Amino acid sequence: MQHAALTTEEIRALIAKGKMKDTIFKAVGLLCLAIGLLVIFLLVGDMVMRGSERLNLAFFTEFASRRAGQAGILSAWVGSLLVMTVTAFAAVPLGVAAGVYLEEYAKRNWITEIIEINITNLAAVPSIVYGLLSLGIFVYAFGFGQSILTAGLTLALLILPIVIVSTREAIRAIPAMIREGSMAVGATRWQTCRYHIIPYAMPGILTGVIIGLARAIGETAPIITIGALTFIAFLPPVPFTEVSPGVSAGLFDWLMSPFTVMPIQIFNWTSRPDPAFEVNAAAAGFVLMVMVLSMNAVAIWLRYKMRKNIKW
Amino acid sequence: MTANNASDLPVVSDRLAKNAMRNVSERLIEMLLFAAAAVSVLTTVGIVYVLVTESIHFFQNVSIVDFLTDTQWTPLFDDAHFGIMVLVSGTLVSSFVALAVAIPMGTIIAIYLSEFANGKVREVAKPILELLGGIPTIVFGYFALLMVTPLLQKIFPELPGFSLLSAGLVMGIMIVPYIASLSEDAMRSVPMSLREGSYAMGSTRLHTAIHVVVPAAFSGLAASYILAISRAVGETMILAVAAGMQPNLTWNPMEPAATITSYIVQVALGDLPHGSIGYQTIFAAGLTLIMITLCFNILGQWLRRKFRENY
Repeated sequence: MQHAALTTEEIRALIAKGKMKDTIFKAVGLLCLAIGLLVIFLLVGDMVMRGSERLNLAFFTEFASRRAGQAGILSAWVGSLLVMTVTAFAAVPLGVAAGVYLEEYAKRNWITEIIEINITNLAAVPSIVYGLLSLGIFVYAFGFGQSILTAGLTLALLILPIVIVSTREAIRAIPAMIREGSMAVGATRWQTCRYHIIPYAMPGILTGVIIGLARAIGETAPIITIGALTFIAFLPPVPFTEVSPGVSAGLFDWLMSPFTVMPIQIFNWTSRPDPAFEVNAAAAGFVLMVMVLSMNAVAIWLRYKMRKNIKW
Repeated sequence: MTANNASDLPVVSDRLAKNAMRNVSERLIEMLLFAAAAVSVLTTVGIVYVLVTESIHFFQNVSIVDFLTDTQWTPLFDDAHFGIMVLVSGTLVSSFVALAVAIPMGTIIAIYLSEFANGKVREVAKPILELLGGIPTIVFGYFALLMVTPLLQKIFPELPGFSLLSAGLVMGIMIVPYIASLSEDAMRSVPMSLREGSYAMGSTRLHTAIHVVVPAAFSGLAASYILAISRAVGETMILAVAAGMQPNLTWNPMEPAATITSYIVQVALGDLPHGSIGYQTIFAAGLTLIMITLCFNILGQWLRRKFRENY
C-alpha cells in the first residue's frame, strides 16, 4: 500500500504538535516539582506561624505539663540527645567494622552473599518491626526494660544498613594504590585498615553516620513500641548527683531510666483535642525539623569538603 | 648494624618468627569484624524469631481461619474478635491512595529531571526532593491532621476529622522523593545511544522518553515502585495521627480506620501485660505486615529479573 507523501504543511503541523506536547510535559513536570515545594512551604510556614509564640527559652527549659501555656520540651530534647548518643556509640563501631569486613576481608562465598542480602533486606523492613524486635528481645529477653539503652540499640539496628553502606562506599572510593603501597612495606591487613583505609574513609563514614542519625532522631514508631512514655516530667538521673536522700546516681543509671523523645512529645501534643496544644506541637515540630535539617546540612557540607580535600 | 658477610644478616624467617603473634591478633580481629557483619544476619533471625514465637502463642488461642476471615477486630473486648482483614483493609486503602499520588508524580518528576530539565533546574530540584525526603514522618502526620484535613473538608464537607484519604495523600507526598530519585537514577543509566537513535528517527523528546527510555529503565522503575509500596505499607505515624485509630473494615478512603501499623502503636501506648493475648496480637499483626512486604519484595525481585536489560 502506498502512502501519499506528506506535504510540507502536514510535516510542519506534526512537528509543531510534537513540540507542543513537549512543552506541556515540561510544564507538568515543573508543576509536580512546584507541588513538592509548596508542601514544604505550607508545612514550615504553618509551623512557624502557629508555633512562634511558644518559641522562647522557657519552651526549651520547661517540662511537659497539662497546661499548654507552660508545657515545654525539656525532657524531650534531652531524651533525644541521650538516645542519639547511645545510638551513635552502638551503630558506628558495629557499622564501620561490618563495612570494613565486607570490603577488605570477605571472600566471595555464600556466607558473604547471605550477609549482603540481609543488609539489603533490613533496609526495607518497616521501622515498627524493629520496635517489635526490641520489645521481644531487649525489653524482655535481655531485661533492659523500657529504657534509653533499649531505644538507642533499637535505633542503632535501624540505621545500621545506612552506616554499613556509606562505609563501603567510602572505602571503595579509596584507590588501590594506597592499599598496595601499605602492603608493600609489610603492613598486615589490619594495619592497612587501621592506619590508612579507615582514616581516609572517615569523612564518608561520618557523612553516612550523620545522615543515619538525622533519620533516627525523627523515628517515632519503634520508640513508642518499646515503651517510651508520652508524659515525662523529669530528667534521667545525672551521674553522681543525689536522687534521693543518701543515694547518688551511678554512672550509667541514666541508661536505664524511663524517657521520652522529641517525636513522641509532638505526637502526644498533636493527638490532644485541646487546640492550645496545637501551638506546642507546631513549635516542637519546628524545633525537630531544624535539628534534622541542620544535621543533613552538616552531612552535605562534610561531603563537599571531603571531595575538595581528596588528593588522588 | 654492620654485617661482615651475608651470613651475618638476620634471616627473614627469624624476624617474622618473633612476630608470630601478628597472625594470631590478625585472626582475632578478622573474627571480630566478621561478628560485626554477622549482626545483620542476627537481626533478621531475631525479627523472625520474635514474631514467630509470639504468633505461635497467639495462634494457640485463636484459629488461623478466624484470624483471616473474621470481619471484626476487637481483641481487647470481652467478646474478642481477631479478624486481621479489618487492619489489612486500612493498610491497603491508605497505601493505594498514597501510591495513586506518588507513582504518577514521582515518575513524571523523574522523567522531567532526567530528560528535560537543564542544569539549573536540577540544582534546585534535587535539594527540594532531599528536603522532602528528610522531613520526619510525625511532622507529616501533624501536617495531615492540622492542614490537609481542614483543606479537604472544604472540598468534601462530609469528610470526618480523621480519614484515610488525608493520611494517604500526605503519605504519597512523602514517598515521591524515593520514587523520583531511584527512577531518575535508573533512567540516567540508559545509554545515550538509545535516545540518539530515537531522535534520529524524528521523535520528540517526550516520545523518546515514554517509548524508549522508560521501557529500557523499567527494571529500575519497578524496583523504586516496590520500595515505595514497602514504605507505604510500613508507614505508621502519619496514619496513627491522621487516620484515627479506630479499627474499621472499609474500602472507602473517606472514613477513619486503623492500619496494621497504627494498631501496634495504639496497643504500645496503652498498658499491656507481657504475655497477655492483647500483647500477642501485636506480634501476629507484625507477622502479617512482614508477610505482605515480603510478597511485594519477591514480586519486585521477579519483575527486576524479568525486565533486566543488558545494554
